[in-house]
Amino acid sequence: MQALVIVAHGSHLNPDSSTPTYRHADTIRATGAFDEVRTGFWKEEPHLREVLRTTEADEVYVVPLFVSEGYFTEQVIPRELRLSGWDVEQWGSDGLSADQATLTAADTGQTVHYCGPVGTHEAMTDVLVRRAETVTGDPDVGEGFGFAVVGHGTERNENSAKAIEYHADRIRELDRFDEVRALYMDEDPEVDDLPEFFESDDVVLVPLFIADGFHTQEDIPEDVGLTDDYREGYDVPATVDGVRVWYAGAVGTEPLLADVVLERAADAGADVENALESVRETTRVATGD
Amino acid sequence: MADRAPAAAPADPPDVTLGGAAFDALVRALDAGESVDHGGFTARPADADGDGYVVETAAGERREGLSESGLHELASEHAAAVTDWHFLTERVGEGGPRADFVRWLEGVDVHGVDAEGVIARYAALADGAAREWGQLLVSVRLGDRGDRVYEVRHADEAGADAADLDGHDDPLEARRLVKFDDDDRYRPLKTAPTLPTGWVFADLDHRGVYETVETVYPATVANWHREREGELDVNHWRETMGRQSGIYGVIQTWDRGEGHEHVNWVAEATCDDSQCLKRREWEYDEETDLDVDGGDGVFPCREPCSLVVSAARKWTKLEGETERTYEFELTPSEKEQVETIIDAVADDRTDEIREADVYEGANRYRTRFLRAKRFDEAGNLCGVPTEPDEE
Ligand code: SF4
Repeated sequence: MQALVIVAHGSHLNPDSSTPTYRHADTIRATGAFDEVRTGFWKEEPHLREVLRTTEADEVYVVPLFVSEGYFTEQVIPRELRLSGWDVEQWGSDGLSADQATLTAADTGQTVHYCGPVGTHEAMTDVLVRRAETVTGDPDVGEGFGFAVVGHGTERNENSAKAIEYHADRIRELDRFDEVRALYMDEDPEVDDLPEFFESDDVVLVPLFIADGFHTQEDIPEDVGLTDDYREGYDVPATVDGVRVWYAGAVGTEPLLADVVLERAADAGADVENALESVRETTRVATGD
Repeated sequence: MADRAPAAAPADPPDVTLGGAAFDALVRALDAGESVDHGGFTARPADADGDGYVVETAAGERREGLSESGLHELASEHAAAVTDWHFLTERVGEGGPRADFVRWLEGVDVHGVDAEGVIARYAALADGAAREWGQLLVSVRLGDRGDRVYEVRHADEAGADAADLDGHDDPLEARRLVKFDDDDRYRPLKTAPTLPTGWVFADLDHRGVYETVETVYPATVANWHREREGELDVNHWRETMGRQSGIYGVIQTWDRGEGHEHVNWVAEATCDDSQCLKRREWEYDEETDLDVDGGDGVFPCREPCSLVVSAARKWTKLEGETERTYEFELTPSEKEQVETIIDAVADDRTDEIREADVYEGANRYRTRFLRAKRFDEAGNLCGVPTEPDEE
């Protein structure tokens, strides 16, 4: 028996925080690759502290639905899951390369393959691009378009900026968009000045966030100038200083993210058979609708 | 429920038919060399020198050398015992929270699995047995082949016609159903007694009922099961706060070794049965019990939850302030009115106070009058500034 447990932050205040986690869990559950697919949260229930005891399998793949390595993936999650003997060195990561560590959960005795976060997996680049396709409704979007990945800066966590840079570089290497930039919310180059960094008339703006919430629905739309008041919403695209900004909202809501979760588990040794194919197939409908 | 048939006489088990699946499982078990002893029906393969199957019944009957069809005939006569064995042993299995919960629902721990126990349970199940789990009413009834059909709904709607409720069959739909209360407010605590009404899962199997209940109240069955096994791992206030880090690390400073009154207040504020249906089993620490009641919930709470941890962080900061003496001029009725308003908010009663009920201190007009009279332009009660130097 193998189980997949997707762990995420959750929220006491924002009812939508858990939505992407549930949706990706459902997509993977439907493939039948795991005997069980469960979700656990830091701020919702089942809590990280108790999610493993809701899981019957003795072999568990835990995938953090977080955008970068840092405090949550290195300290909070392993501690709350009671992963005996956890040491971040087991990931041997440079801040981007965490893959997996095999540990035992002290309270349940389960074997836990603790995976790196989805946000730093190379497959996340594909999700960012897919997000651009979804928001423009054009599966071939690229020519004539700039692409901006936005996230927190180094202030909170230096690895957060690393992940943004990493994906921006990878998207640039695709040679598909005219320009690609990494932008930040709390440091230069700041997302507030988006039009200054692009020559293209059209720019897709994708936040590297898991769920839509305060940052993606209030902060960024106002900072970029898509709207004066987030409560009134914004147009897609919205024109800011002559640039048409196609604001995509949190990348984590893109159905293809389920594929990254599966990749993480597969990299850690989970037997996912044809599930990867099937998830890529079923999430494809998102394009162009 | 009103439309349920009266209970059958205990000595007279309801008619169940031995289904093919149950009989096949019996044959499989016996052919694998196992013996079956359940509900007064005992069957085993013949010894090495014999042939066929051996069956003994509670009525004292003993048959040897039975062929498969002979076995079928006897098993059919004892369909209640055989289907019960098949359900509990083969389908539900043994051990773990799900199996324990399914057994508890139909009172296996009360009635047992001997001949009388099966009869008593089948009689009760034919009528439909129901138990409450938080605000859920979980019912189970017997299908005509000894299978079980489960239903889950809000306990306040016990008497409602299922056709008047929104029917669901996928347990995962419960995630969406329980996200908001009946007033459309987000429910951050799944075990708050604000479960919305208007829905039913009418046709679940034993896996579905467990999944549904665990979706509405996550990990409650898991922890209840541990408690029944004597293995509930309670983490008390001090160890839980001691474990916190990052922005929550500050909570540790609230415990100054000067008693645990502050934790009594936390538990009274958040864990009371009026706020949360879990039965609080955590205390201040291993040695020091809190002075407030943990509640009567069927499922336990094993450590302060994330909502309590978040609130405790705020309280730690607020409680770091030093007290001051303020002087306010109020009439006796105004003093009482302030207390009534605090009570009304704390008991979430403001919605119930009628618009024109000016006899109620927390009434909106009464409260607006008090504000008009006693607040200055800066919103200070009786014109007394919060900081003395603001004067
Ligand atoms: S800590 Fe209190 S409020 Fe939180 S789940 Fe336990 S009993 Fe309920």
